[in-house]
Amino acid sequence: MLNVLKNVIKRTYKFLLNDKFALAGALIYIFFIIIAILAPYIAPFNPYKMQTVEGQFMMNKSPGDRFLLGTTDMGRDIFSQLVYGVRPALLVGFTAAFFVVIIGTLVGLLAGYYGGKVDSVLMRLTDVAFGIPFIPFVIVLVGFLGPNIWNIVMAMALLLWRNTARVIRSQVLTVRERSFVEAAKVSGASDFRIIFIYIAPNILPLSFLYGSLAMGWAILTEASVSFLGFGDPDVISWGYMLNDAYISQALTRGAYHWFVPPGICIMLIVMAGFFIGRGSEEILHPKLKEY
Amino acid sequence: MNLKWKYLIKRTGQMILTMWIISTVLFFIFRLMPGNPLVAYINPTFTEKQQEILMEQFGLNKPLWMQYFIYLKNLLQGKLGQSFFFKEPVTNVIAKVLPNTIYLMLTSLIMAYVIGIIGGIFLAWKRGETIETYGLVFTLFTRSAPQFWVGMLLLAVFSFQLDIFPSGGVASAGIVYGSELEKLFSLQFYKHLFLPALTLTIYLLGLPLLLMRSNMLDVMDEAYVQMAKMRGVNKIRVMFKYAARNAFLPVITAMAVGIGYAMGGNVVIEKIFSWPGLGRLLVKAVSTSDYPLAQGAFILIAAIIIFMNFIADIFYNILDPRVNIEDRK
Repeated sequence: MLNVLKNVIKRTYKFLLNDKFALAGALIYIFFIIIAILAPYIAPFNPYKMQTVEGQFMMNKSPGDRFLLGTTDMGRDIFSQLVYGVRPALLVGFTAAFFVVIIGTLVGLLAGYYGGKVDSVLMRLTDVAFGIPFIPFVIVLVGFLGPNIWNIVMAMALLLWRNTARVIRSQVLTVRERSFVEAAKVSGASDFRIIFIYIAPNILPLSFLYGSLAMGWAILTEASVSFLGFGDPDVISWGYMLNDAYISQALTRGAYHWFVPPGICIMLIVMAGFFIGRGSEEILHPKLKEY
Repeated sequence: MNLKWKYLIKRTGQMILTMWIISTVLFFIFRLMPGNPLVAYINPTFTEKQQEILMEQFGLNKPLWMQYFIYLKNLLQGKLGQSFFFKEPVTNVIAKVLPNTIYLMLTSLIMAYVIGIIGGIFLAWKRGETIETYGLVFTLFTRSAPQFWVGMLLLAVFSFQLDIFPSGGVASAGIVYGSELEKLFSLQFYKHLFLPALTLTIYLLGLPLLLMRSNMLDVMDEAYVQMAKMRGVNKIRVMFKYAARNAFLPVITAMAVGIGYAMGGNVVIEKIFSWPGLGRLLVKAVSTSDYPLAQGAFILIAAIIIFMNFIADIFYNILDPRVNIEDRK
């Protein structure tokens, strides 16, 4: 098992070095991760605190020396909110991606390997997941269960695995026909062993690719849900900031310094996921490279 | 029996099964609502007479399993209960806003697919040139920017700053269209439609564009296209007459799926432009705990998605002679 992991890390490393897009994506992630860790040191103010200068509330300030990106209509420092906003974004992205990779890979592996009834049942389940409208589902669930960041993650994880499952399944269908799997079967290896030791390592890169895409979708969705007003009221996320700006008439006032930066951050982090994804695509569909 | 008919029947069965499972899940989700079991259909503000009618219609005094069958029967007849907020049957409330959602969606979808297909052909043609890189990066931008944020930017610039387009709704304050037809023939409606449609177009554009591009690249590799090239047929002719024709089909298939997902995805866009459509209705229903309305809107969106997935599969498997109907032994 340790060998498998080592192999995956080695392959990922090699792959990053060979692909500029994927490398750029990885660098963006690293950048955001560092900011998330160092947030208290980078953010000049408490993002929740209404700022005062000499007893005066600093509301709707334009960007300046003291407030890098100005302040909100409640006098909160926008730059500090932006910095702290990295944390929920990464948290939502990583946890959602984790569940998507686990559930999607398992469903795909089992359906593809066993075929027959198991396959039918799991694939109908996937059809159901595909039939459920994504954002409406998250809204309904969060609206009823309560606006909590874990409810949002759970609602997303319940649906987002669907693409991964389908893709992994069809990949497993080809892998299981290969001779080393046949050989393992003949030598009497258990199903469990064949699935997890022989087949799984071959489809893991694909799982990770879908994980990186899911990360992007999850962050986008959290932002959308927060924007619609169903976000966690105790967490300052980029979606929350945009919702705050929208309902506080920042658009009418042309307060671009308020609502442009969070959008750019969301875009960057989502794009990073796609970059990693697109990079892998070239490895996965080498036909493209012949051009 | 013909293999294609067999597939059609099997796929129809799958669609019905999916629809049934989702309806069932929804039934239980809305029964688990906090409060007494009546809360999913009856609001204390309803008159006693209304309450009685609903009790009768949904069998709310009967055991749960009977309620379930009554629910399915009502669903098939399109009876979705009474909206708490509008004090009207859910079906009526939905019927009023559905056209707006369809206008917004179809306009954007057609624009996105026309631009996307042409753009995809263009990028495939320019393979390896600098302009291709710009094109791809731009497409990635459109895929990763949150749609509501793009909408906010467009609103701030074109509506509030430059004052070219109205900021929301389907008509200016105080104006009510006499009929759907009158709406469709008024310039004002299109002025209101422009920004939301543009936002949705930008969002939907990426898929057809990337898909068309990669299909083109695949097709261009095939023998008959290579052959045409070697015969010295000019490049534009090769692109459109030989390659694009065959790269087209999967993109059209994706469009059917796109319709379904646009239905669910434009929730955010409808909200930001105060577009009175199905998505905005759903948001309103959930935030005011209008359970029957939320359930009705959700079921309708799900039904459209499932149906469109079905159409896409049929299209892909039956119309394309190159695809062998997948029926693993």
